[in-house]
Amino acid sequence: MRYEAPETLEGAVALLAGATGEARVLAGGTDLLVQMRADVVDPALIVDIKKIAETRTVTEEKGGWRIGAAVTGAELKEHARLKKVWPGVVEAANLIGSTQVQGRATLGGNLCNGSPAADSVPALIAAGAVATLAGPQGRRDLPVEDVMLGPRKLALGKGEIVVSFLLPPRPPRSSDAYLRFIPRTEMDIAVVGAGVSVTVDEAGTISAARVSLGAVAARVLLVAEAAAAIIGSRLDRAAQDRLEAAARAACRPIDDKRGTIEFRIEVAGVLARRAALIALDRARTN
Amino acid sequence: MAENGTNGTNGQGYVGTRTIRPDGIDKVTGRARFGADYNLPGQLIGRVLRSPHPHARIVKIDTSKAEALPGVKAVITRDDFGDQPSEFIPAGEMMMNYKDVVRNVMAREKALYEGHAVAAVAATSAAIARRALKLIDVTYEVLPHVIDVVEAMRPDAPLLHDDLFTVGVEPKPDKPSNIAKRIEITLGDIEAGFAKADVIVEREFKTAPVHQGYIEPHAALATVSEDGSTELWCTTQGHYIVRAHCARLLGLDIGKVRVTATEIGGGFGGKTVVYLEPLAIALSRKAKRPVKMVMSREEVFKSSGPTSGATVRVKMGATKDGRFVAGFAELKYQAGAFQGSPVQPGVMCAYAPYDMENVKVIGYDVVSNRPKVAAYRAPGAPISEFAVESVVDEIAKKLGLDPIELRLMNAAHEGTKAAYGPKFGPIGLEETLNAVKKTEHWNTPLRKWQGRGLASGFWFNIGGETSASLTVNEDGTVSLMAGTPDIGGLRASLAMVAADELGIPYDKVRPIIGDTGSLGFNFLTGGSRSAFSGSMAIVEAAKQIKTELCARAAKLWDAKPDQVEFSGGSVRPLGALAEKVKPMSIADFAKMAGKTGGPIGGYGRINAQGAGPSLGTHLVDLEVDPETGRVTILRYTVAQDAGRAIHPAYVEGQFQGGAVQGIGWALNEEYIYGSDGKLQNAGFLDYRMPVASDVPMIDAILVEVANPKHPYGVRGVGETPIIPPLGAIANAMEQATGIRFTELPMSPPKVLKALKEREATSKV
Amino acid sequence: MAKHHIEATVNGDAVEFLCETEDTLLDVLRDTLNMTGSKEGCASGDCGACSVTLDGRLVCSCLVLGCEVGGRSIETIEGMAKGETLHPIQQRFLEHAALQCGICTPGFLVASKALLEKNPNPTETEIRYWLAGNLCRCTGYDKIVSAVKDAAVTMRKG
Repeated sequence: MRYEAPETLEGAVALLAGATGEARVLAGGTDLLVQMRADVVDPALIVDIKKIAETRTVTEEKGGWRIGAAVTGAELKEHARLKKVWPGVVEAANLIGSTQVQGRATLGGNLCNGSPAADSVPALIAAGAVATLAGPQGRRDLPVEDVMLGPRKLALGKGEIVVSFLLPPRPPRSSDAYLRFIPRTEMDIAVVGAGVSVTVDEAGTISAARVSLGAVAARVLLVAEAAAAIIGSRLDRAAQDRLEAAARAACRPIDDKRGTIEFRIEVAGVLARRAALIALDRARTN
Repeated sequence: MAENGTNGTNGQGYVGTRTIRPDGIDKVTGRARFGADYNLPGQLIGRVLRSPHPHARIVKIDTSKAEALPGVKAVITRDDFGDQPSEFIPAGEMMMNYKDVVRNVMAREKALYEGHAVAAVAATSAAIARRALKLIDVTYEVLPHVIDVVEAMRPDAPLLHDDLFTVGVEPKPDKPSNIAKRIEITLGDIEAGFAKADVIVEREFKTAPVHQGYIEPHAALATVSEDGSTELWCTTQGHYIVRAHCARLLGLDIGKVRVTATEIGGGFGGKTVVYLEPLAIALSRKAKRPVKMVMSREEVFKSSGPTSGATVRVKMGATKDGRFVAGFAELKYQAGAFQGSPVQPGVMCAYAPYDMENVKVIGYDVVSNRPKVAAYRAPGAPISEFAVESVVDEIAKKLGLDPIELRLMNAAHEGTKAAYGPKFGPIGLEETLNAVKKTEHWNTPLRKWQGRGLASGFWFNIGGETSASLTVNEDGTVSLMAGTPDIGGLRASLAMVAADELGIPYDKVRPIIGDTGSLGFNFLTGGSRSAFSGSMAIVEAAKQIKTELCARAAKLWDAKPDQVEFSGGSVRPLGALAEKVKPMSIADFAKMAGKTGGPIGGYGRINAQGAGPSLGTHLVDLEVDPETGRVTILRYTVAQDAGRAIHPAYVEGQFQGGAVQGIGWALNEEYIYGSDGKLQNAGFLDYRMPVASDVPMIDAILVEVANPKHPYGVRGVGETPIIPPLGAIANAMEQATGIRFTELPMSPPKVLKALKEREATSKV
Repeated sequence: MAKHHIEATVNGDAVEFLCETEDTLLDVLRDTLNMTGSKEGCASGDCGACSVTLDGRLVCSCLVLGCEVGGRSIETIEGMAKGETLHPIQQRFLEHAALQCGICTPGFLVASKALLEKNPNPTETEIRYWLAGNLCRCTGYDKIVSAVKDAAVTMRKG
């Protein structure tokens, strides 16, 4: 098994594009190492991208925020300004695993692991995050909701890496929230995840919203109907009911050892509502 | 409260205080060596090939390619183990049969569960060993499998053993089945009892298999020399038991096998049996090099015994003023691939907390295609007592009686005859109920969707064969050697007892756990016996020392035996003699040991009798999120009778640890199987044990109703704490939701489904 | 594939070792450097028994490759006591009987130290959530939480 830690993006792309056997990107390793130990994957080549500066920085860009794909959840949590602007994204990244896991896990890895139950992905999608990819053909941007196509299936070509995420500029009175359902208080994979981002106008009415659900379908969903259900409202009871119904209608979950179909559908509505209420409360006080 | 043994000092002893454990520094610095921390030069790494099928005939095993792989030094299969004739022997508080043990350690005719060992290799590296396993070619004839206990009892169920005929039924069956045994205990006349009842409650309950969940996987390191002398280091609750099993399975003299129990990272009953040890020895014998074997976490879940899953039916009758007049239960416990579920203790304990005239409990031991179950903390009892405590709670509600008052009215006490036979000496159930009644917890109001639940529990505890020694060193310090592995505070407790018995400072006693070559037989650490029995053996050893020193003093002083006595750490002259000679301490004698007869020591070798039951009562507050079914434990109180707590902090620790295991069992832990008979959650991610943020502080109330049969009044405490949580939490759930949950775990999807169904029917 | 040659710092000491690509930091610590204080409970990052800090960041060493730590600084349980003086957290664990079998204890100590160095006055809830990645099956966590709270007091006093 070969291990390379290139210092440039071009180097990483070249290694991955030229790999003849199975190749894997290593960021935090909190999924890859577990899968290697369980004999689920046996890569011939591991490309560690953490030495590539662009994947490790958090910078303001054109009023928004660019987060490197290999920035850890713990580092995001320590970024006071980012946390203030995007509390939902930061809290989602810090629900992954444990304190120890958050010390290593990254947004890039969480997305590219290809699990519809990934915690940070609904928050990124609700935020309208756009992933910047680099590959043999150069760079391109892709909305996060278009990156994961299904379990372990990504829209990345051979040799393509996620370099960073761009969170758009935040209008005033905007905020986000992420909630997940797990049976314990920590450590579980999300049975349902809900990310909601809202913007409120001066009158307190929701003028913009995005709602994303995780672990309820083969990919993380961007649920336009759920957002439409609350735009133009003050999230009164009727709007909440519409939101729940729209969220539930979008679910196509499976029965597995973590939850049943009916449980996931039911709870998806509950979490979408609760996350929207938190996002709204944060947006109002922002 | 019982007096100190024979201390004779009227002052503070160490017993009852919170000393620092002598093995503590090594444990907080990482110096302590657990099973996987041992290495020998030249060692090979051993790994096991395990069946991917839950049930299959093993037609052929071809190991030739594996043996040819460079770096592989030995390969073993069923051919390397002689068959064992059928013989039942005690295993912890359960029974096992050697014919089954040899098959569980290495499959013979069939693979009987996913994870069943089929072959093993020893190689110069872990990577080579793993590759070697892939080169072993096993031809399986896959057979239909059965997982659930009720399914396994059906006459048309896939049959695991064609030589298993149900014992305990008349007429004797002529066809084999998966039902190994039927047992029954009876007291009084159950039908007459029900006839007297004003209220009868009958319920059926279901529990899933749960694993002990010790954080340290099984590990063993074996080295066999050319004459068959074997040294083994392993993480175990009973190294003498390991020695016996390995000697038997491998045809070795017991005296030629020396087993050292390493520090053990949790056992809870799951390390009272052998898995890797015979394999490591067999591989080492073949390879002529030391062999080290460690289980992965997945192997621990798939291949080591959890406890039974079960179906339990309970029917209880009470008069309108609350007297329990009849108690019936039928327990169906799944044993895994070989017979030997803990249905017997489950039957014994079901109604044991209560003073009842009419009891009938029936139990079935049933095999199915799962790992052979191993003991788990009060084996069998949490399941049966969960069911009974749930029904007791329903009776309380039906009669409009307070759950504490109802239990006090019926509590077993001194003189009660238990349905399983004995008459109880002094026991402390009432004291624990009264202690809980007085707590602020019991008297704090609750809000909507919050519930409070109470349950009591009983475990009989055991004594057993114990050997321990005390040796006085030349400088007056004392070396203490015990023979039961220390799973959490034993060395501290025994050192405290020794210090009090001999009247010397605690830090002058250095305790170790000896290997099997250093002491006579010791039964394992289990049955809540190690402090109980160990302290009795230490008292005996100390007595021998004191008697010996008095004899030496009498000789030195030319005195008669009644002119000397031992107290406060010294031999003291009495009466007129006191004007002629001064007292002599242990240290004084130690300096002149050689001149006065030789080395000074005591060796306690006993079969400890008189273990007293430990009863407890738990109280839990919880809150249910009605929209998701998630349960939060808000508050928890344990009151349990310890007889006499040698080290209160470690006794509290047993209460708290057992309670949290029970919380996990009640809410989220279970073995999840697919229809293919394979375990889906063989890891800590999806086998959901409580984490620190899942539980609150656990208030521990130490009740002490002395056990008159122990010199210090000690009762074993380790097992009882896992029993009440299941019933307490189910009872709290009923109060919070109005729904009686009868299936464990009460995980969110189940809870939400029940809430939604009730909502739907109430709208009709 | 030739082994990687790695130079790093462990508990303040320079170390160098060879490792395969697939060897984790935990494998290296235990099997190559013979530092068995960090334990393997699961090898999948779910139990915390292998906790160490990597450049001051609390991580599971089973989720870090040995070949990733070149030039980095690792602190393990073996470096927590200073000579004969136990760290206050180690001392409080002993006094509070916050360990029974002790297998999880190194992980808890490393994790608690990381917590208190970051947050010198944590609430009970903060302690429990920070330590949620450290499984204990023996104690029920009660005395561990008490020990950490007590150690925080000691450490704040300086």
